Amino acid sequence: MTDRPADPILVLLETTPNGELATSTAGLLGAASRIGTPVALVVVAPGRAQALAEQSAAAGAEKVLVVETDATQAELTTPQVDALAAAAGAVGPDAVLIPNSIHGRDIAGRFAARTGAPIAVDAVGVSRDDEGIVAHHSVYGGAYDVDSAATFGPLVVTVRQGAVDARAEARPVVVEALEVSPSGAASAAIESFEAVTEASSRPELRGATRVVSGGRGLGSAEQFALVDELADALGAAVGASRAAVDAGYIPANHQVGQTGVSVSPQLYVALGISGAIQHRAGMQTAKNIVAVNKDPDAPIFEVADFGVVGDVFTVVPQLISALAERKR
Amino acid sequence: MKIIVLVKEVPDTYGQRKLDLETGIADRAASEAVLDEIGERALEVALAYADSHDGTEVVVMSMAPESATATIRKGLAMGAASAVHITDPGLAAADLGLTARTLAAAIRRTGFDLVIAGNLSTDGSGGVMAAMLAELLGVPNATALSSVEIAEGSVAGAREVEGGTMRVTAELPAVVSITEALPDARYPNFKGIMAAKKKPFETLSAADLGIDPQDLSTAVSIMTAIAEKPPRTAGVKIVDEGDGGTRIAEFLIENRLV
Ligand SMILES: Cc1cc2nc3c(=O)[nH]c(=O)nc-3n(C[C@H](O)[C@H](O)[C@H](O)COP(=O)(O)OP(=O)(O)OC[C@H]3O[C@@H](n4cnc5c(N)ncnc54)[C@H](O)[C@@H]3O)c2cc1C
Ligand SMILES: Nc1ncnc2c1ncn2[C@@H]1O[C@H](COP(=O)(O)O)[C@@H](O)[C@H]1O
Repeated sequence: MTDRPADPILVLLETTPNGELATSTAGLLGAASRIGTPVALVVVAPGRAQALAEQSAAAGAEKVLVVETDATQAELTTPQVDALAAAAGAVGPDAVLIPNSIHGRDIAGRFAARTGAPIAVDAVGVSRDDEGIVAHHSVYGGAYDVDSAATFGPLVVTVRQGAVDARAEARPVVVEALEVSPSGAASAAIESFEAVTEASSRPELRGATRVVSGGRGLGSAEQFALVDELADALGAAVGASRAAVDAGYIPANHQVGQTGVSVSPQLYVALGISGAIQHRAGMQTAKNIVAVNKDPDAPIFEVADFGVVGDVFTVVPQLISALAERKR
Repeated sequence: MKIIVLVKEVPDTYGQRKLDLETGIADRAASEAVLDEIGERALEVALAYADSHDGTEVVVMSMAPESATATIRKGLAMGAASAVHITDPGLAAADLGLTARTLAAAIRRTGFDLVIAGNLSTDGSGGVMAAMLAELLGVPNATALSSVEIAEGSVAGAREVEGGTMRVTAELPAVVSITEALPDARYPNFKGIMAAKKKPFETLSAADLGIDPQDLSTAVSIMTAIAEKPPRTAGVKIVDEGDGGTRIAEFLIENRLV
């Protein structure tokens, strides 16, 4: 590659099913800009490269490597891994940043295994010290802060979505088409994709500044609407406990906790959630926690800044009207 | 069909989990060790298939400290035909790369048509193991499956990914990982527990697999710092006396949260 920066950070940008840059983009480029020169890689369907390159530059990419291919519609993971391997070969990055999404983890895992690079997963931040790139992790539900680094060579880092607040300045658009020779690695075939368009203007759970979550205490899918209502009154994202997901009140992608999404909002409101340790693991780093539960001994009260022992069906409607009152 | 299920011993999430502040390794004395729930669900997928397909061999495999034998044996009691336990003091602080290289070598040695892993463990939360193994083994990966259909020669399923549901299919041999949307595992019964005692249980060292854990020519990820965060403390707790909602509104306003 011509004019290679001294401290390149290769950033794999994810695209949404309808071909836009994923919301993880700004945080990834923001993180990269703090530790070096962000070089973005986008792997997209033919015809989309220029538009996405412009958006990537606007989000802080110094240079955008583009690969236009239809293969990503048909084959799982390997087309992106092949592109990433080619990009890493061309750029010689100090680190490779990838979103910690389902696709991102697959790409990161295969890429690290293929190139023998060490991998740091679910980082909440990155920094650089005298010896190189350091990944920061928040583990065991935020109970510990752990740093990790490579003994040598580039570190592959998957970055928790919504965890990085840093943003990079927009840069002029510099695009370079990247030649990729397919590795021929065996891959699964994508048979179909059905997009779910969430019919709501609510903020995304990951990275949300306010979250209202409901648990089994809501009692039914219909009654879970109370959670949505309070969320809308607060401009919050909607979360849930695993029990609420298992009971079918809400889809699994709203689950907060150990095996769901980890959130760190300014405000977390837990309604009818007991506060099992696995749920707390995904929300106890919130700045402010409010809980409503009719059981005075519910463990959620051990972490709540403001707890109300009461029935959600009387307390929450009153809260919603108090908030509406205030808006007037 | 030979199915290898990858299971992990983890600190019980219902207990207080601790990391050793010197080594950064899980403090095994601090909480009870259990078979990771997601690994049990992965095993259930394999056992359910074996129940209805004669000639299916299910192997549980784990890389874990020597003390994990009892935990792995639970997989045999649930119904797996044999177990492979890779244990070696040199692997104690293995990073994801070394874990993947070691497991891949053991999987190759055992032989497989299908490998089933959990999508995310509750301790590592790496979520990259299935993809790493697929790459090292030169086979397809189909990860985060919320439904699995195993057939002679192929595996298919649905995955809930960002923005929608994807259906994928892969020819065997392949590596898949599953999510907790799949059913809870069966409990081992008395007969199973008794039978487990007689089932093959292979113990392998790193050297048996041609792995040198101390190989400095391979880059690894190391922990460079660790700090414990003070636990969160409880704030105000009131009992609703007809004004609970209003009181929350006041709390939010005082703290500039609305
Ligand atoms: C490996 C593993 C991973 C897990 N991962 C997660 C995870 O990621 N996220 C997660 O949430 N859980 C997880 N769990 C499950 C967890 O252990 C709990 O089972 C779950 O969080 C309970 O959900 P809940 O609080 O909604 O339900 P419950 O524990 O049943 O609590 C319901 C609460 O609602 C209260 N209530 C009932 N009616 C009302 C009312 N009218 N008004 C007010 N309060 C009311 C009750 O007092 C009770 O406290 C995991 C478990 C395991 C083993
Ligand atoms: N040491 C190990 N032994 C066996 N399987 C493992 C090990 N580590 C990870 N796995 C498998 O990989 C899955 C994901 O683990 P993780 O990468 O830690 O999130 C687990 O559910 C297991 O199926």
